[in-house]
Amino acid sequence: MSAPGSVGQVAPRRMRFDAPLALRSGAAIAGYELVYETYGELNADRSNAVLICHALNASHHVAGTYGDDPRTAGWWDNMVGPGKPVDTNRFFVVGVNNLGSCFGSTGPMSTNPATGEPYGPDFPVVTVEDWVHAQARLADELGIARFAAVMGGSLGGMQALAWAILYPERIAHCVAIATAPKLSAQNIAFNEVARRAIITDPDFHGGRFYAHGVVPARGLQVARMIGHITYLSDDSMAEKFGRALRPSPEALAAQLAADGAAETEALPRSDYRFTFDVEFEIESYLRYQGEKFSKYFDANTYLLITRALDYFDPALAHGGDLAAALAPATADFLVASFTTDWRFAPERSREIVQALLAARKRVTYAEIDAPHGHDAFLLEDPQYMAVVAAYFDRIHARSAAGAGVAAPAPPQQEAAA
Amino acid sequence: MKPASRIPGAAPIAPALSAASAGLIPSGAGPVDRALRPDLAVIGRWIAPGSRVLDLGCGDGSLMAWLQASRGCTGYGVEIDHEAVLSCVRRGVDVVQRDIEAGLGMFGHDQFDVVVLSMAIQATHQTEKVLREMSQVGSEGIVSFPNFGHWYHAWSILRGRMPVSREMPYEWFNTPNLHLATVRDFEDFLRRLGLVITGRAFLADGQPVGWLPALRATQAIYRFRRSR
Repeated sequence: MSAPGSVGQVAPRRMRFDAPLALRSGAAIAGYELVYETYGELNADRSNAVLICHALNASHHVAGTYGDDPRTAGWWDNMVGPGKPVDTNRFFVVGVNNLGSCFGSTGPMSTNPATGEPYGPDFPVVTVEDWVHAQARLADELGIARFAAVMGGSLGGMQALAWAILYPERIAHCVAIATAPKLSAQNIAFNEVARRAIITDPDFHGGRFYAHGVVPARGLQVARMIGHITYLSDDSMAEKFGRALRPSPEALAAQLAADGAAETEALPRSDYRFTFDVEFEIESYLRYQGEKFSKYFDANTYLLITRALDYFDPALAHGGDLAAALAPATADFLVASFTTDWRFAPERSREIVQALLAARKRVTYAEIDAPHGHDAFLLEDPQYMAVVAAYFDRIHARSAAGAGVAAPAPPQQEAAA
Repeated sequence: MKPASRIPGAAPIAPALSAASAGLIPSGAGPVDRALRPDLAVIGRWIAPGSRVLDLGCGDGSLMAWLQASRGCTGYGVEIDHEAVLSCVRRGVDVVQRDIEAGLGMFGHDQFDVVVLSMAIQATHQTEKVLREMSQVGSEGIVSFPNFGHWYHAWSILRGRMPVSREMPYEWFNTPNLHLATVRDFEDFLRRLGLVITGRAFLADGQPVGWLPALRATQAIYRFRRSR
């Protein structure tokens, strides 16, 4: 077996959809575009397609690089590629950017054909289910009647679950990682703090900040900081930063002046400076992450995507009965969680498993002992990778044996099913 | 510490009957078993074709794999050990990674036709709770366990030594076994829990035992139901 590699250089593609897509809110959107990437080859009977759904701040760029710059590697490059758990020598992998995103698909930054201005706050509120219907249309265009697997982590896992419920005949396996059947009050609370930070930033201008040539950077920074805290475990933060103090600006400047000596030579401080500037390393890290984020992420998109998270609750239409919500599913499920994830804790994944068991679905559940909190689903933990790889071996074997071959499914589901 | 068989006349421990394959220690993703472990073969024969089965502490999933392939059964294994979980996934056995002592609350009442607990009950902390939950989750329960009443164990203790055997290949200081029982102890236990014994089988070194099973069996296998 050759060493796992990269899918290499990739390029995003774009698909336009002129027919209006009815949204769950009652609104509709027409003439929208989705950006997507594909890796590997679709086989002759079109039975080896895998859809990867992205989470809050990711995109269609799942694997590979743009040009030969390794810094442009896709967000799940450790998972998807030749010889990797989702092996592109076997599978045709599709990454798609969701509606409302700021990474190329039609979203709040796009021009509203009705006004000629950016949609901004007028972009319709989209839900996980709306995304799934839009993804299904893309699959139609790509000639994929049935996915061998739909896979995602966090918010992406919610999309995979929604696929299993909304398009049971179009998904053979559902891989839902570090996700939840619905947000808890605490989850929604974090989202609300993030949204309030953005909305109350004077530069937000009711969402029409594009016209003012500004972005609500402070709000985005705070939103990202609080989000980031919830992605890390207490232990991983303690290990990475502890209570380490940031060198004073003077010390850093002096160090720079001293002909750029190694960073490690900055003297560790042993006493406080008694200010509200950055004092601890964790503060410096969070500010850095916040600033970086505010430079590339759209504030309106952040509002939309956190709302999509809040609204996801497939059991709602069934009086809270998740097993009833999952009853239509015919897929086999892999559910995985991480022991130190407190944003979407293992208990939340077990709720999904419990409902699947009650609904008599085939499900495998892995509870991975990893120290990294919610972020673990993006990291290369050996146990995690091994379970996903073994499960995709199974998917491949069944697909090759004909079990995953598309039953001639109706080319398109009703969008507002 | 290499466990040794001290049963007189016992054949050397064959790889297929290692402690791992006997379910006493977590089994790795070892070679695929050609044949089922003897107690699992008995259990497999007891399970009706098409049954919905829950295998608690399923190890590498060999029983579930056999039941699926040979009996058309469906169901799940429950296993805490990561390597064993991986083996199950590789065999096409659905498995829920969970400590069975953390509770079977994920499984609804009477969700299964049969719930199996093979060669693991002696290592449970809350043995009574596990048995009670087992009997609620399925209509029938099957338990196999090492018979502590085997004559050799008594002999060993008479000689002043804790017994070490094929089914219990540990020294007193490193054994995971907490709750060892004799055949009679176990029958009393089932009755105390209001469970009705519907079948029993006894094995010595993998072979059926006819007479004096309470003394001669190294493994005992019981099936039971809730009394109506």
